[in-house]
Amino acid sequence: MSGQCAMDAERPGPPLWLLLELTYRCPLHCVFCYNPIDFGSVGRELETGEWLRVLEEARVLGSVQLGLSGGEPLVRDDLETIVAAAHRLGFYTNLITSGVGLTEPRLQALKEAGLDHIQLSFQDSTRRMNDFLSSTRSFELKSRVAALIKKYRYPMVLNVVLHRLNIDHVEEILRMAERMGADYVELANTQYYGWAWRNRAQLLPSRAQLRRAQDATARFRERVGPRMRIFFVVPDYFETRPKPCMSGLGRVFLSIAPDGVALPCQSARMLPGLLFPSVREASLRSIWYDSPAFNRYRGEGWMKEPCRSCPERGRDFGGCRCQAYLLTGDAADTDPVCGLSPHHHLVTEAVERAERSAAEAPLAEPMAFRDYRGGTARD
Amino acid sequence: MGIVDTAARPAIGGGLRLQWEPAQEAHVLLYPEGMVKLNQSAAAILTRCDGMRTVADIVADLERAYSTAGLSPDVCAFIALAVERTWLELRP
Repeated sequence: MSGQCAMDAERPGPPLWLLLELTYRCPLHCVFCYNPIDFGSVGRELETGEWLRVLEEARVLGSVQLGLSGGEPLVRDDLETIVAAAHRLGFYTNLITSGVGLTEPRLQALKEAGLDHIQLSFQDSTRRMNDFLSSTRSFELKSRVAALIKKYRYPMVLNVVLHRLNIDHVEEILRMAERMGADYVELANTQYYGWAWRNRAQLLPSRAQLRRAQDATARFRERVGPRMRIFFVVPDYFETRPKPCMSGLGRVFLSIAPDGVALPCQSARMLPGLLFPSVREASLRSIWYDSPAFNRYRGEGWMKEPCRSCPERGRDFGGCRCQAYLLTGDAADTDPVCGLSPHHHLVTEAVERAERSAAEAPLAEPMAFRDYRGGTARD
Repeated sequence: MGIVDTAARPAIGGGLRLQWEPAQEAHVLLYPEGMVKLNQSAAAILTRCDGMRTVADIVADLERAYSTAGLSPDVCAFIALAVERTWLELRP
């Protein structure tokens, strides 16, 4: 097969963004994790040679940005081999890690293998919140890793997931990031999929909390100036227009789950009626271009009203299919985050419930910490 | 937009990478979790920014390659913009 096909108007472009979720294994148990609830029952992880084949096939298709994620990708002891192969093939390689397991020898090996970029995320389960915010164990780990990242001349990029239980501490979080010498900080509010969906009632912040956090961020930004760039991602439950999820399913983004199942977004495995092919059984080219699962939500043919006749459908692609499915039971519905959706009340009601329960008892219901048994560990 | 010293030696910014992408039939500039697809003139300038050649060298080289003259203002304007966007850094 030559790669040079006549450009068909209907034919999607290449999967420019390739995300490899190398493993669902992780030393942490974050309540907001978007990994599937049943990740413990997902099949055998791909072996090194299989990941390398995926990289080669993707590169031929035109993939150029590579995310290495998980779970915690450092759990895989072949990470350096995978990075080296990706670099040789011409990928721009991004490691998305909690930093747990990032020792100096490993970072040195990753640098030598050609790793381009590191995004350090703050693990923060409520169990460890005090730890996290009071300069003890996890702060020391992060500081050590942050210093290493700087020593090896990477920009220090921090990602902190916000939710009801930590959003009031935005100022402390930013101060901590500053002390660590962060160049970029992303304050990303929890997106409600996987474990976070299960814990939504406890994680959704109130409007007042969100406003305070945004104000605190603005004040901080003013003080530090361009030395530390801060991005604040508002939870989309507080919006009235949906996000252009994945820039449209099957348009630029391709994710491979630990067991080799190819997905148009990390959460898409939950969508009903779709059989996502595995790279163990099919070529990446046939999966991306020809599989019914990847073609299902391409274009506009699947859209229902109000999307179908909406002037914004080419910009937001109807929002997120997973969110539509979780909230309405039909993945082809308009994302209920949209104010035009007949189901928008499901979102506003969830926010109102969160307001009430936040006011009454912050932790009235137990939360499920991510674990291999589907969430039996409780706070 | 800043003024560019024609004796400065522009180089692709740290952490960025410029490469030809056959699938897009274009040069692209890669940066953390993102990419810019370059048009032909942007690519012609950026591929010459190797940290060795001065801005004046680059202008002369482009004028030779495209058999034309008077490119200096456009090239300088683009380089100033690219520096502002941190695609390029200027070396003395």
